Amino acid sequence: MPADEEEIYQEHVLDHYEDPYHRGHCPGATHRHMDDNPLCGDFVQVELRIGDDGRVEEAYFDGDGCCISQASASMVTEKLEGRTVEEVRAFTAEQMLELFGARLTPNRQKCCLLPWRVWQAAVFSRANNNDGGEKTA
Amino acid sequence: MSTLDASGVTDLESLRADFPILGTRLHGDSVPLVYLDNAASTQRPRAVIDALVSVYEKQYANVHRGIHWLSDQSTDLYEEAREKVRRFINAPARECVIFTHGTTESINTVARSWVEAHLKPGDEILLNEMEHHSNLVPWQQAAERCGVKLRYIPLADDGRLDMARLDEVLTGRTKILAVTAISNVLGTVNPVAELVRRAHDVGAVALIDAAQHVPHCATDVEAWDADFVAFSGHKMMGPSGVGVLYGKRERLDAMPPFLGGGSMIRRVQLESFEPADLPAKFEAGTPPIVPAIGLGAAIDYLERVGMERIHRHEAMLTKYAHRRLGEIKGLRLLGPDLEHKAGIISFVVEKIHAHDVAQLLDRKGVAVRAGHHCTMPLHRRLKVSASTRASVYLYNTTAEIDAMIDGLIEAQRIFRR
Repeated sequence: MPADEEEIYQEHVLDHYEDPYHRGHCPGATHRHMDDNPLCGDFVQVELRIGDDGRVEEAYFDGDGCCISQASASMVTEKLEGRTVEEVRAFTAEQMLELFGARLTPNRQKCCLLPWRVWQAAVFSRANNNDGGEKTA
Repeated sequence: MSTLDASGVTDLESLRADFPILGTRLHGDSVPLVYLDNAASTQRPRAVIDALVSVYEKQYANVHRGIHWLSDQSTDLYEEAREKVRRFINAPARECVIFTHGTTESINTVARSWVEAHLKPGDEILLNEMEHHSNLVPWQQAAERCGVKLRYIPLADDGRLDMARLDEVLTGRTKILAVTAISNVLGTVNPVAELVRRAHDVGAVALIDAAQHVPHCATDVEAWDADFVAFSGHKMMGPSGVGVLYGKRERLDAMPPFLGGGSMIRRVQLESFEPADLPAKFEAGTPPIVPAIGLGAAIDYLERVGMERIHRHEAMLTKYAHRRLGEIKGLRLLGPDLEHKAGIISFVVEKIHAHDVAQLLDRKGVAVRAGHHCTMPLHRRLKVSASTRASVYLYNTTAEIDAMIDGLIEAQRIFRR
């Protein structure tokens, strides 16, 4: 068994994977973005309701993929909900990897950073209706 | 020379000793390497590694060029390798064996040269959903360039081609049938000879992607009657960077060169050139000299072991793997039953993504492939985003299958806390 900091499948990672924070659709979403990692087929969608004051009032994600991508989607959604758009923009890839906790090889970092990337784009991707997005895992 | 016997562990141990890399231990010396990623690439025996070193140390120069002793040495070895390939696949003549840089280049040669010379808008190329991207994308590019249409043989739910519906798509408009001999994901063994015959019946030529066939079973291109056959050296214990395009002489004669450059010409003027005879016509530039010689050494090794025995051993391992994988709850095997399947075993595990399966198997030293294995359309057809693939070769053991099973049980334990 690898040393603790190298253990990808730590309790908190598996917790997020099996019991994710806000998986589903965001009621009254104002912003939505989806992206995938064609190499492995993982995809993540993020839906946000951003208030007039520029604050993310509520955030949901959906998706399909490996434990890393889906757990990190849950983590980043829990972390950034309630923040302002500026604060979301200021949240760096390094901070995302740190939030994830377990040390990842460059290949698996891509899995971890996919939801972060989707979040970064979502705050600029206005949803034109409340159709609730394209895919549900 | 060691021998191989499906039931004789002693013999298998001595064969394994021929492959230096198989002695590797991983993760702080805690587990032995269990290499089950042979459909992606295989490992090399000492005999092949020695052959490569020996050429570089004693006999290396460019081929077909120098009027000097070394170049003669190198040229002889390179051409000897061609003869070994010819014999190995039962090609009628040495000139019908073209050295390329791999299966991909072999297929691209035909997709470019044959299509441009012989197809016109409205013609059709017949493919199917189980093909590797390397036997899809070159035809898509050709279709775009030449205005020809792509059609697909339907895939039955058991992962075999739906031969009963072949007539729907194989018609007088079909000019090329491109099909794999063995699926690199499902392991499906396709009825190559029948497909070729049916293609010829409508006046089409047939290209066979034999990358997963030539390394594992005796291959007879004349018995197939195939117009073109493509395969790679690195999947049969040879070096990467060399592949083969076999073509019937009249087919190769009837298509223009693919790549232009040195070697492939008879003479060159400022405005034009005259192509060389076969096989040089399709070997532009300095060829993969040492990889080709290494491929020859790999063929020597395969012939010493015997393709029949390799095939039997892999069939035994595949059967064993199916039985053991069947014990795992929530695991779904992809592809047809054992009777129609080669040593490529793909599966999905309920609630665990293929990448997590592979990552957790790696902890046990088990190397498998995870993802779409260069077959995105097939995975869409199977309605899975990714799968895990174990693929066996002559040096694998039942104990290695057991190691994979242990790893899978451990993975399920972690995910079902």
